[in-house]
Amino acid sequence: MDSKLNYVLQLADTCLIHSQRLSEWAGHAPVLEEDLALSNIALDLLGQARALLTHAGQIEGAGRDEDRLAFLREERDYRNIVLVELPNAAASPSDGGGGRDFALTMLRNAAVSIWLELLYERLQASGDAELAGIAAKSLKEVRYHRQHSCDWVVRLGDGTGESQARMQAALGVLWPYFNELFAAGGVDGVGPAWSELEPEWRARWAALMQEATLTPPRDSAMQSRGIDGIHSEHMGHMLGTMQFLQRTYPGGVW
Amino acid sequence: MSNMQNEWPLWEVFVRSKAGLDHKHCGSLHAADSAMAVQMARDVYTRRQEGTSIWVVRSEQIVASDPAEKGSLFEPADDKVYRHPTFYELPEELNHM
Repeated sequence: MDSKLNYVLQLADTCLIHSQRLSEWAGHAPVLEEDLALSNIALDLLGQARALLTHAGQIEGAGRDEDRLAFLREERDYRNIVLVELPNAAASPSDGGGGRDFALTMLRNAAVSIWLELLYERLQASGDAELAGIAAKSLKEVRYHRQHSCDWVVRLGDGTGESQARMQAALGVLWPYFNELFAAGGVDGVGPAWSELEPEWRARWAALMQEATLTPPRDSAMQSRGIDGIHSEHMGHMLGTMQFLQRTYPGGVW
Repeated sequence: MSNMQNEWPLWEVFVRSKAGLDHKHCGSLHAADSAMAVQMARDVYTRRQEGTSIWVVRSEQIVASDPAEKGSLFEPADDKVYRHPTFYELPEELNHM
């Protein structure tokens, strides 16, 4: 695959799948106000994914639009990081999933939004004018996502014994998957290698953990490779839900 | 949804739709503290470009007139037409008095 197309898809698919997971909260958040906040964030990410997928389709030049890329690819063709495809709860109930852990969701949102903020800041200077424009617009959105999720991480981490234990448990589950945030290579004139974000991300994460009185686990050597199309067992189930309508009624529109 | 005993306090939300206009009461919400109340007000009441500024205030801090006193408080003004400046001749250009 063209390296520029690959680079844009890694970001586009990460936004798309992150949005899809977050949308599972609609109607289930602990309070009405938070339900709206989570839906807003999911919609922001979906908007970013749409712009990025449309752009990816143009780079590819094979006539695929955002919908075909979002709904009609095979699992191995998705380039999102594994972190965002993990279920909203570590241990899914026996009803086949759908569990929702608010602590895990907020912690993941914080990790991804800090990372997106750092990445979009750099992509504003991309030699690809379309990508630079999408980055500038998206930056304002992810700054709010970062504020919202980090506030919750601190509230719950530095909260009651119960809330802290839940945050700490969520951190243990997600921690090994953070490595992939820095795994993708850069493309000259398009965007930086993600490894360039790592020092600042780790510094900001450490500060957040300290404020939230959470203890980072020991470094993990695990390296997930969703960015190469190697996904977890959860991805296929999620795509089944996501793609069902387009596969059953090809070309269906609103 | 949540146990009433653990209910977050109620906040009244005021939104200014654009510079120069006043903040208008638009509703209320539950939040644990003032910072969360502002964030939630943003998500609940300004998601369709309704606002440029938000005020929140704890509902319990608002002192309201007693509905039972409506008669004594407001009805005496009903027959005081001379308090309205309706006896002046206004120039045509003044449209919004």
